[in-house]
Amino acid sequence: MDKTPRTLPRKSATFDDYTLSEIRRAASTGIYDIRGAGAKRRLPHFDDLLFLGASISRYPLEGYREKCGTNVVLGTRFAKKPIELKIPITIAGMSFGSLSAQAKEALGRGATIAGTSTTTGDGGMTPEERGQSKTLVYQYLPSRYGMNPDDLRKADAIEIVIGQGAKPGGGGMLLGQKISDRVAAMRCLPKGIDQRSACRHPDWTGPDDLEIKIHELREITNWEKPIYVKIGGARPYYDVALAVKSGADVVVLDGMQGGTAATQEVFIEHVGQPTLACIRPAVRALQELGMHRKVQLIVSGGIRNGADVAKALALGVDAVSIGTAALVALGDNDPHYEAEYNELGSTAGAYDDWHEGRDPAGITTQDPELAKRLDPVKAGRRLSNYLKVMTLEAQTIARANGKSHVHNLEPEDLCALTVEAAAMAQVPLAGTDWIPGRGGY
Amino acid sequence: MNELDLHKVGVRGINSQLHSLPKNTNEKHWVIQNPRGQHSIAVGLDAPLQIDIRGHVGFYCGGMNKDAELTIHGHAGVGTAENMMSGVVWVKGNSSESAGATGNGGLLVIEGDASSRCGISMKGIDIVVGGSVGHMSAFMAQRGNLIVCGDAGDALGDSIYEARLYVKGKVASLGADCIEKEMRAEHLADLERLLKAAKRKEKPSDFRRYGSARKLYNFSVDHADAY
Repeated sequence: MDKTPRTLPRKSATFDDYTLSEIRRAASTGIYDIRGAGAKRRLPHFDDLLFLGASISRYPLEGYREKCGTNVVLGTRFAKKPIELKIPITIAGMSFGSLSAQAKEALGRGATIAGTSTTTGDGGMTPEERGQSKTLVYQYLPSRYGMNPDDLRKADAIEIVIGQGAKPGGGGMLLGQKISDRVAAMRCLPKGIDQRSACRHPDWTGPDDLEIKIHELREITNWEKPIYVKIGGARPYYDVALAVKSGADVVVLDGMQGGTAATQEVFIEHVGQPTLACIRPAVRALQELGMHRKVQLIVSGGIRNGADVAKALALGVDAVSIGTAALVALGDNDPHYEAEYNELGSTAGAYDDWHEGRDPAGITTQDPELAKRLDPVKAGRRLSNYLKVMTLEAQTIARANGKSHVHNLEPEDLCALTVEAAAMAQVPLAGTDWIPGRGGY
Repeated sequence: MNELDLHKVGVRGINSQLHSLPKNTNEKHWVIQNPRGQHSIAVGLDAPLQIDIRGHVGFYCGGMNKDAELTIHGHAGVGTAENMMSGVVWVKGNSSESAGATGNGGLLVIEGDASSRCGISMKGIDIVVGGSVGHMSAFMAQRGNLIVCGDAGDALGDSIYEARLYVKGKVASLGADCIEKEMRAEHLADLERLLKAAKRKEKPSDFRRYGSARKLYNFSVDHADAY
């Protein structure tokens, strides 16, 4: 045997194991990979920011004694009946169809206990969801599946969906295996066929038309409901400005970590901007128009804990929204189902084939046997617990920075750990007073 | 008969008045004067009212209508009767883009021409167009009937689902997965009923029927070239 020393086998950083597996999968099937969830690649994110805390120059508040408010009012610009939430964390739009009825009910229950809102999705409003949600936002999507004026009037707010972070510029697809009789009936389509959700609205194009569309919805609902406009993280400065110009009460901005029920992997990972990169341009647009805090800004995409909430608020956001994290709180990707995830070729924590409808946790499915696994009452309680923990965490950080309300957090409370995050968040690199792009360098 | 003057009360005043009427109101007949091409006139109605609009209207007239019967004595802008649930919207003139978009039910009659995307994503509405329709009409049309007494523009019925399309004149081109289909007795009966409802004189036997080939209902890479 040759004893000459040899270098270790070395795998390519470019052609890593995941890339190789995808090439083999594509070569075998001839179709692109479709999956759920948001971008999984490493991105500049809230973890790249730190709060400074208080010392001599800032005066902290006592953690267990002094009040730190968390309420937020949404829709103060035009709506006769703005929404007041106890916490600045809402539940993002997720459809009945992509989620089971039990999961939608659990989201409503959890949000209601925690004092916040939940949101419908493509496919319309279910009685379970309306019944269990004190505050329900009704999405107005390009497909208009399930859209009707009765549900519109039952809603507490209307969210016109123009895009989402996982796929700005893309529509949706609910594959035939998830089209049960009930889902099919709500969408006026035959059972078992793929249901495409268009990428553009059918009866308006551009911001001038959007203004007229918003006016129509206000007229139908007698100017009572706050009207949100949801956009993906594409060109946040211009898109937020145009949403304001069009008459939105609230802008919802979803970065590329925001989840989807089913989209091409290549779309999720390669289109759109990270949440962190979207916030400051959006806030700047509002400030320049004199509408910051008048048109509320909700940001979503990768919010996981109270620190993320506090950092988003410090950058000028009014509230955040969670989707993926809410599903995990319900029981999604729980290691309890590891053996079944393995059978599906995945593992707990990585399962994202939500479009296939075989979710062992009973959340992203229409299979009645799987859906039964999710107890909406218990799952709702888990979600409310999680929301309370996030709120407490955000309050803890706010008090440590001397703030009596989480909305008093400000960019000056932050520093960045990386040059990229400093540039995106427009806060100083830690240990310096350098904000990339400012001062001519 | 009751009269509302948009010049005096504005769009808000008109919609507010019409929304305030109970479903069993005796004040059923309303005339709207001076619509001046304004948007969102008579939207979200929810009672069996009879409304005559004396002039041209802008976007979304009759949007999300339930039960009411609207007659527009003029031309209509974009999205006439969009997402209508029931009732009738009747346009004496022409209608712009996306007429009857996503409509779930009821009858939309356009005596003149309709522009592009007429019946886009329709979900059960019946639409009768006395003249011609523009390109991409009945795009992703899910359910209901679109009857065109004139011609149809390019890509009629692109990505159509279960809606039925009837055209008397020429079709410039059919969209993806849309084909000409056999006209059976049930279709002739449907046509006769809807033409009569729209007070049209055309004969059902002069129309040709188009609908979905149903080849694109479930995604297959072998059909990628069709999109």
